[in-house]
Amino acid sequence: MLNSLFSGDLPRSKALTLLLLVIFVGLAFAPFIFPGTRSLDTAARICIFIVLVASYDLLLGYTGIVSFAHTMFFGVGAYGVALASIHIGRGFDALIVGSLAGALVAAVLATIIGLFSLRVRAIFFAMITLAVATAVAVLFSQMSGITGGEDGLNFKIPRALTSAQKYMSDPLFGVKVNGKLMNYYLMLFGSLILLLVFLRITNSPFGRVLQAIRENEFRAESIGYKIVFFRTGASVISAVGAALAGSLYAIWLRYVGPDTTLSFEIMIDILLMVVIGGMGTIYGAVIGATIFVLAQNYLQNLMVVAADATQSLPVLPLILNPDRWLLWLGILFILSVYFFPSGVVGRLRGKR
Amino acid sequence: MTTAPEHNPTLHELTLMDRLAQYAPVLLIPILMVIGLAAIQSPSSWLTLTVSGLAMGMMIFIMASGLTLVFGLMDVINFGHGAFVSVGAFIGISILLALGTMTGAPSIFLNVLAVLIAIVGAMIGAGLLGWAFERVIVKPVYGAHLKQILVTMGGMIVVEQLILVVWGPDEIFINRPEALKGAYIFLGAAVEKYRLLAVVLGLVIFAGMRWVLRHTKIGLIVRAGVENGEMVRALGYPLRLVFISIFIAGSALAGLGGVMWGLYQEVITAHMGGSLMVLVFIVVIIGGLGSVEGCFIGALLVGLLQNYVGFLDPKLALVSNIGLMVLILMWRPQGMVPVVRAK
Repeated sequence: MLNSLFSGDLPRSKALTLLLLVIFVGLAFAPFIFPGTRSLDTAARICIFIVLVASYDLLLGYTGIVSFAHTMFFGVGAYGVALASIHIGRGFDALIVGSLAGALVAAVLATIIGLFSLRVRAIFFAMITLAVATAVAVLFSQMSGITGGEDGLNFKIPRALTSAQKYMSDPLFGVKVNGKLMNYYLMLFGSLILLLVFLRITNSPFGRVLQAIRENEFRAESIGYKIVFFRTGASVISAVGAALAGSLYAIWLRYVGPDTTLSFEIMIDILLMVVIGGMGTIYGAVIGATIFVLAQNYLQNLMVVAADATQSLPVLPLILNPDRWLLWLGILFILSVYFFPSGVVGRLRGKR
Repeated sequence: MTTAPEHNPTLHELTLMDRLAQYAPVLLIPILMVIGLAAIQSPSSWLTLTVSGLAMGMMIFIMASGLTLVFGLMDVINFGHGAFVSVGAFIGISILLALGTMTGAPSIFLNVLAVLIAIVGAMIGAGLLGWAFERVIVKPVYGAHLKQILVTMGGMIVVEQLILVVWGPDEIFINRPEALKGAYIFLGAAVEKYRLLAVVLGLVIFAGMRWVLRHTKIGLIVRAGVENGEMVRALGYPLRLVFISIFIAGSALAGLGGVMWGLYQEVITAHMGGSLMVLVFIVVIIGGLGSVEGCFIGALLVGLLQNYVGFLDPKLALVSNIGLMVLILMWRPQGMVPVVRAK
């Protein structure tokens, strides 16, 4: 049962299993263990980024191609939900229509880009996706009539998902059972299902072919697999995953804007999460996203302390400035690509 | 026994169309200019836009040329190339700001001297950074494209952040030296002096680069290396040394491009290199990876199109360049000037 749920790809390491269990329990009971709006927000962000990073891992880790357009698909999904909710009106139908439309647009875009750039050389893909994603981000922030421009869009989600809706008159274990809580569990289960789907895809025959292409392109082609088809397919599936994650994110935030979904910073975040967690292992997405989002929210506090403590020294406070945290992550990123490209998961599995 | 068929090789002169087809990429530039004139209609605005498009194209070419050669020689794609642009701009502009008495003086000689000092400083700084970058970041990942992309991207993040550490988080504004301010009025169109200078400088650099590549021994080795590196190495030439030199030269040129871009925009930010990389990549792709000529033509096309479309509908400027890239890749999937390679 458990084996088929995980598609036969179990963590294969005691430490990893334990870590994943801790993360799962932490997220599943987050509203009860860590009460407060900020920690609930962090938990929801972790859920959503796990899906986003897992879908990127299908491309980077399993197929071995680098895309810089993942935030574009993330944004397409988010804007799909926002626009549907505004034009159709508040309701679950709008959320579903918006998510599906976003996923469809993402799939079409990914097909076009893939057929264009993957036909010639995989290395073109990285550059072309970078250019296209930037152009789309600029377009979204300039077409203020439709997308709200830089300000983004605020929209209403169904009342059943907001804190205005009460499900129980008394708090359960000290937590109010309201729509917000339901919204969180929507995020959690939505992400969990998508994650298991990605686990299924990567362990299917299709996923095996992708890994074969990653390992040896020529050989895979000579066995008879059409590389362009498989690479484009992987890119489309990953785009759809990112769009669905974007839809979830929009539902959680009740807002979309270029900074929260389309910006290049998020793309870099995703890269860091995949590499730190471990490329080519869906579990790496879980670990990477959790570590990174926690660090993003709490490391900066730590850096404030460190910067204050080193106030009297020369250069140190400058590089320990909390605004410079990307510097440290960049260094960590380079080091992890060199020294442990298989990431945390690879390390844990390697030790046995 | 049958006799072999009569064999009479004949040399036909190429038809006009065939000859034109050889120059098809170059011809795209005048074609684009004519289309631009038809779309804009006012000749004076068209002239202003054309000059600024050419100036922009030259600057992008200067930044992109190193990238394309580095790829051609060693199959290394450097996503951190934009960092050299930013670093060059920051060093150059800092020097110019420090030489405020020279740039503010109403003497052309002093102004140009100050700009030259800034350019030399920026090129040395960016070149040194390029050397360090090659040593620390690129060298360990030769031959692995995936890791190259990731690591050089990481390198760019680190360099950008270091710029913020050294120069602070605010953007820096700068005024051009006195002699480069203002514009010439030509046929009713205002043509900024600085843009003319940028065009001239770009042409000089392109001509110099072409001369080095076509008429010197080093250039011969570089071109041979782009076509078939293994053979060049087998003949005993230290390709790795050539590669490092090209990498450093390319980084220095990117730094030069950064200074020029900073003076063009009159403001610099740490992210300028990263955002310019989008145009640089488009140029490198449509030109054909590894080809300097293709890169030059591509840069001019991109610069002109960006300015024409930016005038007609500013929202579509970047999108139009994506469209250009798509069209050119449909026409020639390997770029306009595909470099033959044995690999």
